[in-house]
Formats: sequence, C-alpha cells, structure tokens
Amino acid sequence: MTNQKKTGLIPKSKLLSYAVNAALLLITYVLFFVLIANGTINRYTSGIMTTMFINIILTVSLNLVSGFLGQLVLGHAGFMSVGAYTAALFTLYSGLPITIAFPIGIVLAGVVAAVFGVIIGVPALRLRGDYLAIITLGFGEIIRVIILACDFTGGAKGLRGIPTILPQGSDATSLSLAKYSYVFWLAVLTVVIIWAFVRSRHGRAVIAIREDEIAAEASGVHTTYYKLFAFVMAAFFAGVAGSLYAHHIGVLDPSKFNFDYSVEILLMAVLGGLGSITGSIIAAVALTILPEFLRGFEDYRMLIYAVILIIVMLFKPSGLMGQHEFSLSGILARLSSKKSGALKKGKGE
Amino acid sequence: MALVEKEKLLQQDKTDRPVLEAENLGIVFGGLHAVEDVHFSLRREQIMGLIGPNGAGKTTVFNLLTGVYTPTTGQIKLEGQSILGKKTYQITKLGIARTFQNIRLFKDMSVLDNVRVAMNQKMEYSALAGILGLPSYWREEAAIEEKAMELLSVFHLENNAGDRAKNLPYGQQRKLEIARALAADPKVLLLDEPAAGMNPTETAELMETIKLIRDRFHVAVLLIEHDMSFVMGICEHLVVLDYGRIIASGSPEEVRTNPKVIAAYLGGE
Ligand SMILES: Nc1ncnc2c1ncn2[C@@H]1O[C@H](COP(=O)(O)OP(=O)(O)OP(=O)(O)O)[C@@H](O)[C@H]1O
Ligand SMILES: [Mg+2]
Repeated sequence: MTNQKKTGLIPKSKLLSYAVNAALLLITYVLFFVLIANGTINRYTSGIMTTMFINIILTVSLNLVSGFLGQLVLGHAGFMSVGAYTAALFTLYSGLPITIAFPIGIVLAGVVAAVFGVIIGVPALRLRGDYLAIITLGFGEIIRVIILACDFTGGAKGLRGIPTILPQGSDATSLSLAKYSYVFWLAVLTVVIIWAFVRSRHGRAVIAIREDEIAAEASGVHTTYYKLFAFVMAAFFAGVAGSLYAHHIGVLDPSKFNFDYSVEILLMAVLGGLGSITGSIIAAVALTILPEFLRGFEDYRMLIYAVILIIVMLFKPSGLMGQHEFSLSGILARLSSKKSGALKKGKGE
Repeated sequence: MALVEKEKLLQQDKTDRPVLEAENLGIVFGGLHAVEDVHFSLRREQIMGLIGPNGAGKTTVFNLLTGVYTPTTGQIKLEGQSILGKKTYQITKLGIARTFQNIRLFKDMSVLDNVRVAMNQKMEYSALAGILGLPSYWREEAAIEEKAMELLSVFHLENNAGDRAKNLPYGQQRKLEIARALAADPKVLLLDEPAAGMNPTETAELMETIKLIRDRFHVAVLLIEHDMSFVMGICEHLVVLDYGRIIASGSPEEVRTNPKVIAAYLGGE
C-alpha cells in the first residue's frame, strides 16, 4: 500500500469502486438507450428524461456554490440563459454542420457563462457576506431584460428555429437517442467533475470557507480566489445546461429564465441537501418527475413546492441527504473499513 | 570565506535574529486608540506572553500581526521583511499562524480535514490534476494524510481523525485548533487564550504540549493568556498591555513585581 502511495497510483480499493460505478453507469445508459430505441420509452417521456438530466446539471452545479461554498445564488437561471442563447446563436449562424456546431456550442456556452461568472463574481465575492445572493438576483433579472431588448436574441418573441442536434431529415428516434446520449453523459461528466473537485485539496478549501471564512483565511486559504473558482465553475455548468436546453426545446423564450426558475433550481439543491451531490441528483430527478403527476394543477406547482419545502424544513432541515453522499462504493468501503481502520491504528503507533 | 565560519554565522543568525518584530504598532477604531506604540521582538523558539486586563488590546495586536486589520501606524517584520499590507492568507503562508479566542474550527469537517485545509497552501497539484485524479493528486494526498496524522498524534487526536470537529470535547477542540495552526508550518505561532475553559489538569498538559511544539517544530510562540500560573510557568518573556499601551515588559519575575502591572490588574478587576 505504501508503495502505491509513493508512486501516485490509484489505490486498489478505490479502483474497484470506480470500476463498479462506471459499470453501473454504462448499464444504466445502455438500458435506457435500448428502451428509447425500441419505443418502450416514448418521445414525450424521453423529453422529460432530457429535462431531468439538464436539471441534474443545474442542481449539482448550484450546489457547488450554495452547498459547498455556502453562498446563496438567486440567479442560476441567468447563467443558464447566457449559455442557452450563446449556443443557440452559434449553431444558428456559425454555418458549421450541426454535428460539429453543437459540441462547440456547448463548450462556448459554458465559457461565455463562466466569463459572466467572473464579471459578476469579482465584485461580489471580494466582500464578506451575502452580497452574492443580491447581485446574482440582479444579474438574473438584468440579463433577461437585455435579452428581451436585443434584436439578435429575438427579443420578446423568442429565438426560433434553433437547429435540432442531428442533420435535417434524421428520424425522431435517432434524435431522441442523440439527445439522451448528450444529456446523460454531460450530466455524468458534471457530477464526476464537481465530485472530484470537492474531494480534492481545492474542494476542501472551498468547504472550509463555508465553515468559517475567517479561520480559512487564517489557515492560508486564498478565500477570494476559491470563492470565485467555485462560482465560475458553477456558472460554466449552468451555461452548459442552457445549451442543452436550447437544443432540446428548439425555441428560447426569455421569460423562461426568470426568478422563479432560479428559485426552483435552488429548491432542488436545498431539498436534496446543501453539500450533498447525490442529494441534488435525487431531488432534481424527483422534482422533474413530480410535476408530470401534477398536470392540471400547474397553477399550484409553486405552492406545492413551497409545502414540500416547509415539510422538509420541519422534519429534515438539512435536506434529504444532509451533507452525506449515497454511494454503492461507500457501502463497499464500509464493509472493508475494518481492515483499513486496523491499518491506520498500526501506523499511528 | 570558510564554510565553517559561514555555518557558524548562520547558526548565530538563527538564534539571535528576531523572527518577528513589531515597532510603534498602533490602530485607531473611530477615535479609540485600541493599540498604541506597541513594540516587541520575538526571538526564534522563544515563548512570549502578551497579557493585560480585559479590553487591553491583546487580540487586536494578533489581528494586526495577521493582517486582519491594517495598522494605522508602525511596522511589522517577519524575519526582517515587512509584512505590512499583506493579506491574512499571505501572512499565514509566510509563516505566522494563529488560533482564536473563541474557537473557530471547520465544525462540519473531519478532524483530519481541519488539519489538511491548513496544509493546502503547501500543496501543489492543480485543480485539473485533482479532477482528473492524476498521479500528483494521489501522491500529494497520500503524503499529506500521513503528515496530518502525524501532527494529530502529537495532540493525541489520531483516533479522532474521522470525527467531525464539532463533536470533539472542548479541550480537544482547543488542541485541534493548535494542530491546525501548526499544519500551516509557521515560524511564529500566535495563541489567543489557549487555556481558556480548560481545567487545571488540561492546563498543565497544555503547558507541556506548547513546550514540546516549540522544541519539535522550532516555532516561536506568542500567547495571550489570563491564567497567571500558566503564563508564569511557560513564558520566557512577558509584555503587559493596558489600554492599548505597553505598561511593562520583561521576565515573568520582573513583571510580576512591577507596581504598574499590579495596579493595572487591581484597578482592572
Ligand atoms: N473591529 C473593532 N472595531 C472597534 N473597536 C474594536 C474592534 N476590535 C476591538 N475593538 C476594541 O478594542 C479594544 C481592545 O479589544 P481586544 O479584543 O483587543 O481586547 P483584549 O485585550 O483581547 O481583551 P480580552 O482579554 O477581553 O480578550 C476593546 O475596547 C474593543 O472594544
Ligand atoms: Mg482578546
């Protein structure tokens, strides 16, 4: 074991759990791929699945800032809209074939949203305190008004004719499969990246800021830098989610990215548990599917959300998962923890 | 110059040159001179006490030394270099680490992580290396875990490594805070009332620990403490503050018998 540590190889125990998780992911992916391909999952349902994965990206990325960094963000939908319009305008006007333009558009969406993240974050995060909530709230509203006022964004009429992600003439099932593949793997990528970030030294610094900013600074953590890093990273993924949304729906209506939507994403993160990635995933899945059962009660959706929030706050104020993570590999690790526990004790003496 | 001579000079340098100097240090809060004309010099591996009645300005001195506040007047030098105007995290990197009067741990993080956070500034792998799990990530993380566990064992906290910091009993929280400060690998350790709230046994143990830290990690210690037997028992030099000004300084014996000090404490109480 010590040898492995010196060489910087992945410890065997970790490797096993990574392999298990990767295999599970692949099986899940293939399973739903087949179900969509053979029509068991219809277009309507696969559309909801797409929304679900987009919401996972939004919620997990928001959780990085609101959960791990501990700063309230009330304008996540604003960053999403920046990404959505960036990608849509790119695929509309770049002249590249869509199969090339779309992936470039996704990256571009993330980058532009991240740039906005820097512009918003630098003044807001240099200060100690909850300025970020107010400033992101303002940003979300301002960006919406700007989109409404501009011509090239389609203004209030919305941006129409965003190309589908496959060349024209592709059949509906292929399109569903392509969308599914994109959102599935991008959601996986988002989760893996944010998860890996959080457990690295950089993630520890971010969490330390949440716990006690003054003590973090006194422990040598460059708090402004890490706050900005986490915030910009979240903005990037919100932009990515936006690009997926734009090409999923095909039409962009600026009013979609309003304050309510930002709150909805925040709600998912809070319900899942601020500081729990798996909690965010569970909440995003649940709150995407739930409204489907509430068709006909559309007007009461926010009310129902509010009631759920109140119930959760009463019985489990830290959210579904608190700051804990659910993982199969974690269970595996717990089973073998006796061994490593004994090892550690031996080392201490 | 002969190598031997050079080494000798270096050796001398090490013991004689002050590691931390404050000159004419002062800060004004809206008309209140919280600290005024404070000066001292801390030698390598020296244990110095900063004492004085409540509200004398002791914690404020710490806040000045660590860049939490920018002094209105004066100069602070760490190993001869001015650290004036530097940010707190930069000063920590340069070699001044501290604990807080009211314990400030990362409560919901593990005991081990509390220590690892302070080691962050000495680590090198990039965010990308961390995300991709490159060899540098695994190597540095393994090394840092070992170092952190070693440090925890100095404070007999190694068996609590996985516990959340907030679940430790009070005395151990105080110890963890010192361990975290040491994890930053400082040259100067500032302890703000480390024995506060400890019982006599814990206090006696803490005295031994501080001496041990000094010898083992070669740090100079500047500590604020109200417990006089603690201060007298451990400090080689004392600086006494009252109303932001130094009213006495010297060996514990000199200070104890200084009429000004006696008056300040009697008047203060
Ligand atoms: N940020 C601040 N703004 C205004 N006044 C302050 C500030 N910080 C400290 N003071 C004042 O400076 C004086 C010195 O406070 P300080 O906390 O340094 O005292 P202390 O010697 O540490 O006392 P104690 O033994 O009670 O901890 C007090 O009168 C305090 O009210
Ligand atoms: Mg104080």
